Amino acid sequence: MIECRDIVKTYTSGAEETTVLKGVSLKIVDGEFVAIMGPSGSGKSTLMHILGALDTPTSGTYLLDGQDLSELSDDELAEIRKKKIGFVFQAFNLLPRATVLRNVSLPLVYAEVAIAERDRAARGALARVGLEEERFHHLSNQLSGGQMQRVAIARSLVNNPALILADEPTGNLDTKTGEVVLGTFEKLNREGKTIVLITHEAEVARHAQRVIHIRDGNII
Amino acid sequence: MKTRDLFLETYAAITVNKARSGLTVLGIVIGIGSVIALVAIGQGAQGSVESRIESIGSNLILVSPGFQRGVGTQISTGRGSAQTLTQADADAIREEVDGIESLAPEVSRRYQITAAGKNTNTQVVGTVPDYLKVRNVEADLGSFVSPGQVSGVSKVAVLGPITRDDLFGAGVNPIGQIIRINKVEFKVIGVTAAKGGTGFGNQDDQVFVPISTAQRFLAGGDYVTTISVSAKDQGSMTAVQQEITNLLLARHKISSPQQADFNVLNQSDIVAAATSVTGIFTILLASIAGISLLVGGIGIMNMMLTTVTERTREIGLRKAIGGKRSDITLQFLAEAVTLTFIGGFIGVIFGWLLALGVSKFGNTATSISLPSILLAFGVSAGIGLLFGYYPARRAAKLNPIDALRFE
Repeated sequence: MIECRDIVKTYTSGAEETTVLKGVSLKIVDGEFVAIMGPSGSGKSTLMHILGALDTPTSGTYLLDGQDLSELSDDELAEIRKKKIGFVFQAFNLLPRATVLRNVSLPLVYAEVAIAERDRAARGALARVGLEEERFHHLSNQLSGGQMQRVAIARSLVNNPALILADEPTGNLDTKTGEVVLGTFEKLNREGKTIVLITHEAEVARHAQRVIHIRDGNII
Repeated sequence: MKTRDLFLETYAAITVNKARSGLTVLGIVIGIGSVIALVAIGQGAQGSVESRIESIGSNLILVSPGFQRGVGTQISTGRGSAQTLTQADADAIREEVDGIESLAPEVSRRYQITAAGKNTNTQVVGTVPDYLKVRNVEADLGSFVSPGQVSGVSKVAVLGPITRDDLFGAGVNPIGQIIRINKVEFKVIGVTAAKGGTGFGNQDDQVFVPISTAQRFLAGGDYVTTISVSAKDQGSMTAVQQEITNLLLARHKISSPQQADFNVLNQSDIVAAATSVTGIFTILLASIAGISLLVGGIGIMNMMLTTVTERTREIGLRKAIGGKRSDITLQFLAEAVTLTFIGGFIGVIFGWLLALGVSKFGNTATSISLPSILLAFGVSAGIGLLFGYYPARRAAKLNPIDALRFE
């Protein structure tokens, strides 16, 4: 359960103040598949950073599972990300010279999970995104774009988070592979995962159950 | 993050770019290796200087004539020809000072020596039989000067092995031959055993004659050039030294020790002086090597900074999936320390081999001590911490949002 109340985010560079989010309020319940859509510069990336506990709002409250994250320190936020949030990025951000299994189990390294348990969880997550088992020991830079993004989705799943945040997950993929990746999200959502998808394409947002439009820092 | 994972991450990071890691490690290898090797050479030199000084004699006190300064003047009467110590002084020390094991006055000077058409110029030492005990000399062939030869003013000579080699050839038994010292004929009665060189002139290149003969036929006069005294034990040396000083001051009617016309040197003073010289030498060598270690450390820092920049996105990702500042700091510090530790390990072996090579081919004693090896490991790990800390903090402070966007 995600609840944002009147979130304002202001950046200061020198004497100039830029307000990127101007009082955003929204609610996402568990098991929803929501797309946040808006053109570039609308504030959707900033909203995603706050939802993903990468950043805190200037004012307003952000409740994740009833816990207020708006006043937490860097290390406390890292703790929240470790336990409750999985990220999927446009540029995949896999460790290039590491195997698929090592990439997927990386979040569990920080969660101090035992090696055998890590391996089991990573294999399970990879099975859920439909990656063939013979690729588990490939280096991640030997995979195609679609496979890489599925590995990244498996990585976001592996610590069983409350929320998966995907930031333009199809931005670096062609339409056909993009459809496969979006299908993966739909499948995960059917299995009960809460997914928030950030995109500027209506075509992509169409896969979600609900679309939140954002423009100039306001929800419309 | 668990320790085991930290090692795995470090291993993965270091092996990604083996050439770069290898070159960075090489800097530390050279630094640590040269510290180990140069300190070993310095300590070896220290040890050999000490043992050579010890070989002169045990618990030795040397009394030698000095120059006298007049009251209130800086003009010295000179040291070279000082004849202020006499046979009577030596006798008085023997009679009146407690704690003396044995004592040997000597009168020595360089003379031209000829024998069977060959000639050499060397130190002729007029002395007494006790010289053997005081200065650790042994007769190798024949015998040393006897008490009867001293009282009888016999013209007999005992050769050092090198002088024997110069005059008669190596390994020849010269006993019974005649040599001429300053045109006076002496009969050779013995050869001393080789001792090796010392800082006080080569002890093997000397000719020993009875002191009475030297005084009468060579030096002319009853002055002595050195009185060697051996104390009964190490503990009484200072007391003996002080007593000799007081006695000679009284005999020479000098009121203040500053104006003494003689010097009383304690063997441990000589050792201390020599040790402090070689100690400075060791420190000098170690600091030169330390500079290369510093350069190696800067190499580590340079590599780590490059790594942090190259892996900015990776750092961003690690933070996004829950890595704390301390996790990131630890990871990069571990990389730096591992590199320097590997460098330290190879460096110790390299320095060890270098020191072995120097003692084998350079004819210089070297000594590698456990403390210097432990210190080298400590220093290399410390360099990793010191030069790895800044890059690691820089990585840990990266904002994950900016780091993930970094191109």
